[in-house]
Amino acid sequence: MDFIVNTLTLTVRFSAALLMASMGEMFNQKAGIFNLGCEGIMSMGAFLGMLIPFSIGGASAVPWYVNILGLLAATVCGALLGLLFGIIVITFRAPQGIAGIGMQMFGVGLAGTFFRSYIGGTQSITGINATAIPGLSRIPIIGEVFFTHNPVVYFAYLMVPVAWYVIYKTPWGLKVRAVGTHPRAADSLGINVTKVRYQSLAVGGAMAGFAGAFLTLCQAKMFNAGIINGRGFIAVALVYFGKWHPVKIFLGAVLFTFAQVFQTQIQIFVPQFQYYEFLTMLPYILVIVVLAFNRESNKLGPAALGKSFNREMRV
Amino acid sequence: MPVSKAGTLFIVEHMNNERIRELKVEHITKRFPGVLASDDISLTVGEHEILALVGENGAGKTTLMNIIMGLYQPDEGHIYINGEEVNFKSPNDAFAYGIGMVHQQYMLVPNMTVLENITLGMKESWRTTKIDTAMVRTRIAEISRKYSLHVDPDAFVWQLSVGEQQRVELVKTLCLGAKFLILDEPTSALTPQETDELIRLLDNMSRELSIIFISHKLNEVKALSHKVSILRHGRVVFNGSTKDYSPKEIAALMTGHEVETTENTESPCEGAPALTIKNLCVRSDRGFLALDDFNLEVRQGEIVGLAGVSGNGQRELAEAINGLRKVESGSISFFGEEISNKTPHEVIGLGMGYIPEERNTEGIVPSMSIKENLILKDSEASRFSKAHILKEKEIEDYAQAARKDFDIRSPHINIAAGSLSGGNIQKVILAREISRNPKFLVCVYPIRGLDMGAAEFIHRQLLDLRKKGVGILLISEELEEIMNLSDRIAVIFKGRTQKVLMRDEANSSRLGILMAGVKEDE
Repeated sequence: MDFIVNTLTLTVRFSAALLMASMGEMFNQKAGIFNLGCEGIMSMGAFLGMLIPFSIGGASAVPWYVNILGLLAATVCGALLGLLFGIIVITFRAPQGIAGIGMQMFGVGLAGTFFRSYIGGTQSITGINATAIPGLSRIPIIGEVFFTHNPVVYFAYLMVPVAWYVIYKTPWGLKVRAVGTHPRAADSLGINVTKVRYQSLAVGGAMAGFAGAFLTLCQAKMFNAGIINGRGFIAVALVYFGKWHPVKIFLGAVLFTFAQVFQTQIQIFVPQFQYYEFLTMLPYILVIVVLAFNRESNKLGPAALGKSFNREMRV
Repeated sequence: MPVSKAGTLFIVEHMNNERIRELKVEHITKRFPGVLASDDISLTVGEHEILALVGENGAGKTTLMNIIMGLYQPDEGHIYINGEEVNFKSPNDAFAYGIGMVHQQYMLVPNMTVLENITLGMKESWRTTKIDTAMVRTRIAEISRKYSLHVDPDAFVWQLSVGEQQRVELVKTLCLGAKFLILDEPTSALTPQETDELIRLLDNMSRELSIIFISHKLNEVKALSHKVSILRHGRVVFNGSTKDYSPKEIAALMTGHEVETTENTESPCEGAPALTIKNLCVRSDRGFLALDDFNLEVRQGEIVGLAGVSGNGQRELAEAINGLRKVESGSISFFGEEISNKTPHEVIGLGMGYIPEERNTEGIVPSMSIKENLILKDSEASRFSKAHILKEKEIEDYAQAARKDFDIRSPHINIAAGSLSGGNIQKVILAREISRNPKFLVCVYPIRGLDMGAAEFIHRQLLDLRKKGVGILLISEELEEIMNLSDRIAVIFKGRTQKVLMRDEANSSRLGILMAGVKEDE
């Protein structure tokens, strides 16, 4: 029983970072920009999320707004890095895949360097603690699984319906979908393709930065250079997995996190199982298998994904 | 632009009360790297006037229209509306003056609904956090009623036929408040009936609107326009009143020389069957049966035209014959040999030639040179390679000869095939297929989007091939092309052979009715 409850509780909690990052990546891709640099942006977010509370309070608890300040700094930094990526791939029309790899290395490297020069070695922070919701958390099983998390987790989940609403119900979402699918059509209707793509990169970057800070402030409560550990790439894969639909991406993020948590829990609860390498592989194999069986559907995807737009480029 | 309250009737005329009495462009010049697309162009269109803008591909018609819409900025020249100079920086500015354009390639986002596509342009329906869909719906209904243009606002664009998409484009443009319409080759993808209907509609609309109509179908120009301007190489070479000139005269002015239509005048042949298709069933990409019990026979030395509105199984038929699509059931017999579900390599090996529908993506590898594209199917043949190493000299000579024989207009044979114009790309494909001496040729929309000169050349090549005893399946939606070239004409509708006619039994209205799915014996 403990095994099940633990696994589910941690799944709910740990899904948050992946959820946020993949929702951000979805905004990028809906607008036609493929941002492999998500990992790098998350790294910078993770670092800033740690830096602010640590430089104020060190390992001891800090007032709640200091942690919020950390999250905010990470979010703003993420948005700026998203815009930087925009300069590279929108204004200078660099190939997005390669630029994304560059962005990833830049972000991870920069965060690691700053970490060594400002903090030095591994340090813990108190971070944002989980709070049980009075009443609801007392419900057996369900209470623990769903209502014993910190507020940031709920905020991340809230982003799923918000992203859905923004994409499908607002004028801006309409523009994002149009520039990612048929930029020429958007352009012919007087929509500024470049501007909308920059905006979506800022939003996507902000969410990636936030996701990074979630990892340091709410999950690991420490920083090291490898803290993102491929989650940025998984976020990119999840967008394909979920076929650019926020609800399906959400399900993918939860499924992947579940596999991740499940394998660590097996290692904890069944220590006699020796071949833990296979367990570690499990979530990644899951992603590959699901992606392999996921049939392409070009009707729904952003058809202009990865293509730069140039009005006067005659085709 | 005024913003209306949610749900209130918002009538197009309110957007900008001033009528467009005259649109004048003067001395417009636009250069692209290496091309002078518009060269000192001046035109005038008055109220309720229909101006036909004709010219061959690359003459600069679309560029000029994009300049009027504010999509391109001219390098020189001015645009005046009612005598006052305007300077459009974006299509929004053109919309504000009531100018709207239906582009040749439809500007509709396929994975959005009709309503969403129209909303995209109707900025007055945008609120900060939501869209005033009621307002868009009302506007669509109003326009639909006023011009009897029926559209389903909730249908996804990808579900619509080409004709329906065009109707959506028109409704969209009118919903955005257009009083001055620019239509870029509006009939290029329509059936004859749809074309007639559109011409009637535009004729009616001209009582309220002014129209610039780009076309190279001269009978339409004749039927619809009041004035005609001819563009050649970016310059206006002729301005006149349509009624004073015959289509033939306009054609001569457009191409700079007399144009003869290429016609198959020989008696129908009695050759042995080359391709026999029986009870063929093939699925489309979306999974439904695109060909459903399809039957057809083409003999050697015969051109069979397959007429039909695109999307009735033509693409799937061409792909199934060429081994590019799985055959569910039925048979395709090629000179007595069953070729269904063979690989493309095997089908090519049996002597099949193929001119695919999408010349840029299926016909050539755009980034490869003309030379390389010409030997794509034969790179392993002993003529062009030895021990898996290409024979540069042979290939070079062969490509030079092909370029000369097929009149491929390019500076040399080493430039990327994708940089050529549509007509020249088609000539590269034709050169490759014909030089291989095929036993049969499947030709899909061979002159779609090509100008008269290139079309004439390609048609002549097809007729020569027929004379050599090659069977040709000509899939097209241009009835004129089909009637001029074919010995027999088959009509396809919803994946079935609707009827097979001899050339002298066919005329455009009969074919049009068959293409629309009406059975003659009903």
